[in-house]
Amino acid sequence: MNTTSKTMLILLLGVILFSGCSKNKNNVDYITVKGSDTMVHLASNWAEAYMKTHPRADISVTGGGSGTGIAALLNGTTDICIASRKIKPKEIQLAKEKGIKPVEFTTARDGIALVVNPSNPISALTIEQIGKIYTGAYTNWSQLGAPDNPIVVLSRESSSGTFVFFQKRVMNKKDYTRNAMLMPSTSAIIQTVSQDKLAIGYVGLGYAVEAGPKVKMLKVIDKPGSPAIAPSVETVQAGTYAIARPLYFYTKGEPTGSVKAFLDFVLSDEGQKIVLETGYVPVH
Amino acid sequence: MKNWKEKIIRLLLVASASISILIVLSIFLFLGKEALPFAFDPGLSALWGTRWIPVSFKEELFGLLPLLTGSILVTVLATAIMIPFGVLGAVYIAEIARGPERDILKPFIEILTAIPSVVIGFFGLVVLSPIIKNIFHLNTGLTALSGAVLLALMAIPTVISISEDAIRSVPKSYKEASLALGAKRLQTIFSVIVPAALPGIIAAIMLGIGRVIGETMVVLMVTGNAAKITFNPMSSVRTMTATIAAEMGEVAFGSHHYRALFWVGIILLLITFGLNVIAQKVLKRYRTVE
Repeated sequence: MNTTSKTMLILLLGVILFSGCSKNKNNVDYITVKGSDTMVHLASNWAEAYMKTHPRADISVTGGGSGTGIAALLNGTTDICIASRKIKPKEIQLAKEKGIKPVEFTTARDGIALVVNPSNPISALTIEQIGKIYTGAYTNWSQLGAPDNPIVVLSRESSSGTFVFFQKRVMNKKDYTRNAMLMPSTSAIIQTVSQDKLAIGYVGLGYAVEAGPKVKMLKVIDKPGSPAIAPSVETVQAGTYAIARPLYFYTKGEPTGSVKAFLDFVLSDEGQKIVLETGYVPVH
Repeated sequence: MKNWKEKIIRLLLVASASISILIVLSIFLFLGKEALPFAFDPGLSALWGTRWIPVSFKEELFGLLPLLTGSILVTVLATAIMIPFGVLGAVYIAEIARGPERDILKPFIEILTAIPSVVIGFFGLVVLSPIIKNIFHLNTGLTALSGAVLLALMAIPTVISISEDAIRSVPKSYKEASLALGAKRLQTIFSVIVPAALPGIIAAIMLGIGRVIGETMVVLMVTGNAAKITFNPMSSVRTMTATIAAEMGEVAFGSHHYRALFWVGIILLLITFGLNVIAQKVLKRYRTVE
């Protein structure tokens, strides 16, 4: 009998503790942010800065990919979806069926840099040439004016928003060559390019800048005859660098309350300064 | 009061013992439920293709053959590396090594199983793949071989400890009879003891293969993940496990791609299930023989 009363006591204590927790939660503005792995770093920097000035806010940021984020938004498990691609018509349809209207905000810009080994003699390529490397039409560096060696093509995984963006912008929507090696992360691409003299890969501008002299960023020529533009914050913002994309927030309907306050912060000068510091490009 | 308590404890034990059966069954059910619609819409013949292009603006293709051959190639290579090291290691530890040697060897082999696969994968990416690239003068070190070497490394402890048990449980009389007949020590080991322990060793290898084929993180990191049909160990391959791990996170819920990934999972599960059943059967036979 003694043990039973002890158990009762523990249960009672548990109940009291839990009720205490839930009471606490009512005073907190809890916001969940989920989606693009490209944006997770940026979004957590925003969240940290925001929570410093808004002690009542509690923002949790998780990755998983743009598709996962949009799915979470539609399932109601996240307040804000971060996405490095536009919402697909299929997903809009799904949202309609669920009676949700996703609203889009451009919160930052991202440039995709092409990186090669520092020993690679090539310094600029046209979009068409890059496309031909990735579709498999070019397989040897000699086809691009470098010494006779095969090209080792590195790509992100097909789950990456960057994969699809690159396919659309650079490869004319053609399929990747079957020899393309799909790397699980940006750092794996940087690592491989810094070791393999024959490799070429694409990564977000911020990561390429961070990698410093380990890799060489290629200048990109949009169309034959146009100038070769090096990827940088200035060229992405000016729109002269060809391989760049917007990064989005999606909310369920027009944002209100704490979600709106967070969004306003992100779009403010202070929020956009964080974009720059994280290695991306501000919208204004 | 005591009786009542005992009943509850008994119930708890039965529940915890049978929960794994429940979990296995519900996994099969869940996989089947998510995969089934694929059989009607694009049809199962779509899986029997030679190209895996799940994300495409033109035509999405879900041919499993490159993934299957990728998994098979890596597994066969890893098994080829694992068998000699695993079995010879077990023979050495069980029959030849003396007390202190064994005391040093065994914990180190067991530590190998405790290294997280992501650490082994990172080691492979940074250390092993450049070495393999330089030895074989390849364009890149991200190959089926790199993955196989690392997987063998991960499976060897399993093979060693189970084979060692098998070798140890060979009745002492076999060894004594062989030695009494004038056979040398090595002759005794390889002509009498190892054949007698063979069912156990085979079961150990099967379990090792099961671990190799199901391992994900290492192959995702070092095999290069190019989905092409090849049996060249120096070529980059994409395995079934790596495909599921890499693509499931982003796939649109309910799409053909999503369902195809579940088929990959089902095939993988059937393979490992089959291997386990065979291993259990072999082990059982060897135990009853004893």
